[in-house]
Amino acid sequence: MTVSETSDVKARRLSSADYADNFSDIHPPLTPHEALVEADRCYFCYDAPCMTACPTSIDIPMFIRKIQAGNPVGSAKTIFDENILGGMCARVCPTETLCEEACVREAAEGKPVKIGLLQRHATDTFMEREQSHPFQRAAPTGKKIAVVGAGPAGLSCAHRLATHGHDVTIFEAREKAGGLNEYGIAAYKTTNDFAQDEVEFVTEIGGINIENGKALGRDVTLDQLASDYDAVFLGLGLPGVNALGMEGEDANGVVDAVDFIGVLRQAEDLSALEVGRRIVVIGGGMTAIDAAMQSKLLGAEEVTIAYRRGQEHMNASLYEQELAQTHGVVIRHWMMPNSLHVSNGAVTGITLERTELDASGKLSGTGETVTLEVDQVFKAIGQTPDAGPLAGADIALEKGRIRTDEARRTSHPKIWAGGDCIAGGEDLTVVSVEDGKIAAESIHQALIG
Amino acid sequence: MADLSTNFLGIKSPNPFWLASAPPTDKAYNVERAFEAGWGGVVWKTLGEAGPPVVNVNGPRYGAIWGPDRRLLGLNNIELITDRDLEINLREITEVKKRWPDRAMIVSIMVPCDEQSWKAILPRVEDTGADGIELNFGCPHGMSERGMGASVGQVPEYIQMVAEWCKQYCRLPVIVKLTPNITDIRYPARAAKAGGADAVSLINTISSIVSIDLDNFAPMPTIDGKGSHGGYCGPAVKPIALNMVAEIARDAETRGLPISGIGGIQTWRDAAEYIALGCGTVQVCTAAMTYGFKIVQEMTQGLSDWMDEKGYATLADFQGRAVPNVTDWQHLNLNYITKAKIDQDLCIKCGRCHIACEDTSHQAITSMVDGVRHFEVMDDECVGCNLCVNVCPVDDCITMVEMTEGTDPRTGRPIDPDYANWTTHPNNPMAKQAAE
Repeated sequence: MTVSETSDVKARRLSSADYADNFSDIHPPLTPHEALVEADRCYFCYDAPCMTACPTSIDIPMFIRKIQAGNPVGSAKTIFDENILGGMCARVCPTETLCEEACVREAAEGKPVKIGLLQRHATDTFMEREQSHPFQRAAPTGKKIAVVGAGPAGLSCAHRLATHGHDVTIFEAREKAGGLNEYGIAAYKTTNDFAQDEVEFVTEIGGINIENGKALGRDVTLDQLASDYDAVFLGLGLPGVNALGMEGEDANGVVDAVDFIGVLRQAEDLSALEVGRRIVVIGGGMTAIDAAMQSKLLGAEEVTIAYRRGQEHMNASLYEQELAQTHGVVIRHWMMPNSLHVSNGAVTGITLERTELDASGKLSGTGETVTLEVDQVFKAIGQTPDAGPLAGADIALEKGRIRTDEARRTSHPKIWAGGDCIAGGEDLTVVSVEDGKIAAESIHQALIG
Repeated sequence: MADLSTNFLGIKSPNPFWLASAPPTDKAYNVERAFEAGWGGVVWKTLGEAGPPVVNVNGPRYGAIWGPDRRLLGLNNIELITDRDLEINLREITEVKKRWPDRAMIVSIMVPCDEQSWKAILPRVEDTGADGIELNFGCPHGMSERGMGASVGQVPEYIQMVAEWCKQYCRLPVIVKLTPNITDIRYPARAAKAGGADAVSLINTISSIVSIDLDNFAPMPTIDGKGSHGGYCGPAVKPIALNMVAEIARDAETRGLPISGIGGIQTWRDAAEYIALGCGTVQVCTAAMTYGFKIVQEMTQGLSDWMDEKGYATLADFQGRAVPNVTDWQHLNLNYITKAKIDQDLCIKCGRCHIACEDTSHQAITSMVDGVRHFEVMDDECVGCNLCVNVCPVDDCITMVEMTEGTDPRTGRPIDPDYANWTTHPNNPMAKQAAE
């Protein structure tokens, strides 16, 4: 097959109404009546399995019962007790593989209680209705803690520390706080600038100062922080993006999916964003799904996800895969990139090679290839930590990520870490929130206990 | 197909489903629609004495309790008897009965508790061609404050007295509608029978406040900031009504007295239960007010299908069959032993049974076995109370299994196959010893 000599990447593929429609809330909130009816489905299980399945251990039966009893504000407090970013988690958690998978109604009927949407109902109601923050600070301790990174882990850690009466300064390299919530999640999952509303909500507790545009290793050093502050928490995330490592990767049209998502989230006019007509996304995680879905919603005609292993191996949940498929994305399994075709400096095609597992379970190419005409190739094959800024602080790493103990303490006695930058993490917002919470409690114990 | 026709006090109707005296039977328009929909009979909404009709409030008349999806569970009302002119009602009753000769037409009546008032109205009702009369001794609000309704129904002597007047001045069968707002329903029922009444119907509504508005701190329904008790009805009252019906059905003095059952009848099954407790007809109101008259088609079809399945050709085939099985606690078999059993294949592991038993009962259900979530009954602790069955969300997942032989692991005592009750139990100081 011949690969075309031109590529078709342009903006304004759709009418403005289509953009608004495509990027509206993908799971609209429950109406109050729907919430009551859904809440009534909860059995208020003993030692509820959903609670165990939640990385932040929210008392799910209790918050649902409070909705049922007409007290969504009290319900939200139950959620915030364990997860101050409960509003975002309600939107982005893969509930189908967490709380809702464990729901006994899933076992009984294959229809779990819609825990995520109920959580959203409670937290949205709280944030719309309540003027005051749900927590009060303890008496000032005089202790100062530096938090690096204003993503889910950093915000969660800062909030918990602030409730204990500590003063927190967050150093954030980007212009806005929120991290993944602000830059890394599909737009239709968190509409109406919710990420920034949530940052405001979290910091309303007081005692948290965010310094945007301050990058570790550039504007501040870890040594400095460790000596200027009583403790340091690192919520660095994964700033690097894995490369395909093949010729033509620097051609026009070969795009980091993470960048694409970030640009889209920051765009004020979606119709001004350029997108190809034919797209291939390489990868099998949530980022691949988000990028594929959103390019489709921006007007791309043919969007294919190529993943080198089978459906069951994909990091994106089955539900996420189905969501992409029902939006017209084709997912091709057992396919890895073989070569890029470039013409006039722009990518015009990609050759994919079929893969298989050999007897020892090792993945290899079969030699059989397929070539697709493309205008854009999105790389979504994982993000990498950047240990650069840690230099000189003597922090032990494990596979490039920061090693911590159960309390999220690093090998450095004054430094804790959490979220995607630590070893063994699951790369989930909700897990990062839990890391921040655990680290904050550990820091509090170390400073006060 | 089963024969649903009834003959209650000589009053024939094609099926036992009558509309109770209430708003649905207040005028010809509604009753015509009801008969078209298939109702077997109606009890026309209570007539008062000649003269200016009663006056209702011009605001909300109903309060309610709901399930989470707004399913109506209980309703109360502060309505009074018909607020339409007596002459109009009598004329319409006459016309409707003429058009629907095969349907039961009962007229509910409530006039002051003096002989003259009853003597005056009875012949006029009789002239309509109605099949029977029902004496409203039950309405708990408004009319009771004027010495009628429940205030009469709470005094057995008055019931007897009025029943006697009705039998004296009227050829029609007399049904006395009883109020549940009384300690022991047997006394008014006995009085009705003593007064010569042909039947009783029950229950009328229960005095109630269904809710308090927490914004203006007034009972619902609220009339200009104030509320009054109303009469409670709907599915929520059925258990109370069934018990009262059973009490009358099995009382030595009233046994065999015809009963028209009323209270929370929503489906054919509810009706079948009333009939099994001896009722000859049933009266429905809230279900019709909730869903409209068409529901009678579910009721007649359901009852008929069930009867076919069970092999009952007529209502008489099962009417009263449950009465002998209603007894006093002291006659229950104390040697009957059951243990709960959880079907592990059906169990969805919600743990409700465990926590109900653990916190509030007998600590007889595990929550974890070999380190995994597992709910199982410990027979040596289980008293057989069946709370777990009632809280389990899965049908038939937990069942009560009778032990017929061996030893009860809880008490260590052998299972005694013989019946024995409290009257002869050694712990009963009143136990009657068999003669030596």
